[in-house]
Parts: sequence; C-alpha cells; structure tokens
Amino acid sequence: MLHTVNKSPFQNTSLESCLRFVREGDVILLIEDGVVAATVGTSKADMVTEAMKKVDVYALDADVKARGLTRLLDGIKVTDYAGFVDLVDQHKVQSWL
Amino acid sequence: MAEELRKIMFTVRKPPHGTIYVYEGLEVKLIMAAYDADISVVFMDDGVYALQQGQKTGDLGVKGFEATYGVLVDYEISKVFVDRKSMEDRGMTVDDLVVIGEDEDTEEDIKPSVVDAEEISQMMSEQHNILCF
Amino acid sequence: MKLAVLIYEGPYNHEASDSAYNFIQAARKKGHEIEGIFFYHDGVYNVTKLMEPPQDDRHIAKRWSELGGEGIDIVVCIAAAKRRGIVDDVLVPNVRISGLGQLTMMAIKAEKLVVFGD
Repeated sequence: MLHTVNKSPFQNTSLESCLRFVREGDVILLIEDGVVAATVGTSKADMVTEAMKKVDVYALDADVKARGLTRLLDGIKVTDYAGFVDLVDQHKVQSWL
Repeated sequence: MAEELRKIMFTVRKPPHGTIYVYEGLEVKLIMAAYDADISVVFMDDGVYALQQGQKTGDLGVKGFEATYGVLVDYEISKVFVDRKSMEDRGMTVDDLVVIGEDEDTEEDIKPSVVDAEEISQMMSEQHNILCF
Repeated sequence: MKLAVLIYEGPYNHEASDSAYNFIQAARKKGHEIEGIFFYHDGVYNVTKLMEPPQDDRHIAKRWSELGGEGIDIVVCIAAAKRRGIVDDVLVPNVRISGLGQLTMMAIKAEKLVVFGD
C-alpha cells in the first residue's frame, strides 16, 4: 500500500493514524502540509524515525522546497511528481486526507 | 459479466457536519451500491462520530443523514466496519453506534462491526481502489 | 496504468488542485492513461469560466480545460455542482457535468485511484 499524508502532524492525527495501519512493505508519501513531518528537530521526529524502521517514508520535493525545508530526517526519501506516479503504479493507494 | 467484482472501500475519517465530506461521501456510497461492485465502508478516527446515535441537525438547519445510515443494509451496503481504537479513544462503545439495518430473518438490529487495525489493514490491501471521505 | 483522480477542494484556497494537476501531468509524461478526473465537493469550483486570477498567477480553470481539450475525460459531479450554483453555462470548455455513476465507473475501471482534498 501507498499511504499519502497531506497534513502536518501538528495539525491533526492523520500521520499518527496512518502509522497505526501501515504494514511491512508499505510506503508513506508526505505531500502538501504533510512534508513538515520529514524535518529534523521536531517533537514528531522520533515517531517518523521509528516508522522508517518498518516502512519507506518519502517526501514530495516540490512541497519540501516550497516550504523552505532543508533539514530532513536521515532516511527520508525525497521524490518528485514522477516518483509519486511510480509509487502509485507500484501500490494501491489510501489517501489519509 | 464474467469479470470479477471489484472491491471498493470507503474510508470515513472526518467528523460529520463540520464539513460536507461525510454527507456527500454518503451520496457516493448510495450510488455506487447500485453498481456491480463489492463495497465496504470503514469508519476510523473522527469518522466514528458519523455513526453516533441520536444526531439532531434541526437546530443547525441542515439535513442530517442518520436516517439514511439506518437503512444502509437495505441499500446493500452491509460491510460496515468501525476501527476499535478510534471508537474507544473517543469514549464510545457499540451501544453509541447507529443501527444500519435489520436482519431479514431474525429482525434483529444490525450494527457496524467493530474490528481491529490489523483486520482493516488486511482489507485495505485487498481492495481494487479506496475512496476517502 | 489506468489512473483516475478525484479532486475534493476548490481552486487557490487549497493545494489539492495544484497537487492533482502536477501529478496528472507527470503521469501523462510517463505514458500512463488517465481514465478520468472527477471533481467533487468544493472541487466543482475548479472549472468555472468566471475565474479571473491575476495575470502573474496560474489559471487553474484554463489548465483543466486544456487537459480536457487533449482528450482527458473531466467530469464535474452534478449533485455537488448544482448545490453550489455550478451549471453547464459557467463551465470552461472540455469538461462535462455528470453523475456519481461516472465516479463509480472510474473507480471500477481505473487500476489506481488517487484522491486530492483536505
């Protein structure tokens, strides 16, 4: 499964909920406001780092750049829209709106 | 048609009334149920509030949908699930949930089925497509 | 793959429409087939011809209309549209108003479905 998350973890529990349902081999893609979860030094960083032991976590480059975020957690994979398309091609999708 | 019945899941994660997502999401389910698709609905996170019994939207001046939820089974939407943790986190129990239909044989009320995250993850992985509201 | 895209939010206010557009363009570039694009909830506001953004900004309705002109089926939900005062007369060219049955067919026919919204 590909799980897209478009909310900041400081705004609501979408990411947290998503993490409860992901399984080994699943992929999370942070888009829109969701990308802030990929940054270092936040109180949510441990949660994301822990998740990366189990699943790949991607952040959409255009959204990361638009927000001026430069310091991302180790292990976060940055991808562009073409990579987003590939992830959709490879997985079923649940959008955690 | 010989083609295999497609599994379509609806995940409902938004609370009702604050936005129109739940209401218009219900409209999609009712239409889709008329087509050849294997439909299931999962309520999780604040979506479980959509199943709260006794919603009265009169004072708001908006049309509610509790009555429609009461006949989901008549619309052939009987695979209705609630994420256990989401429900318990919100201090709700099965008693709080709306009735979604009546068993044809026993005439007993049918309630949404409470399931664990693992079961929902498994169901998700078996879907053809998932729509979220 | 055959792809369907659902858009739930209106233009400019929310990033959903831009995310969806960028995603769809990337998918087309890779040669994937777009089974359809469906506008629902406030998403129906994306394709009105009354839109007049500042010249230095993207023209969201025009962008969708151009995609429609290239043969992609763009559907505006009739129930959601009527509720919000969106009718045929105010739509940009190359998009059509139709029912939720169209969304159902997209969900069934498309191999993958991606939702952009709030």
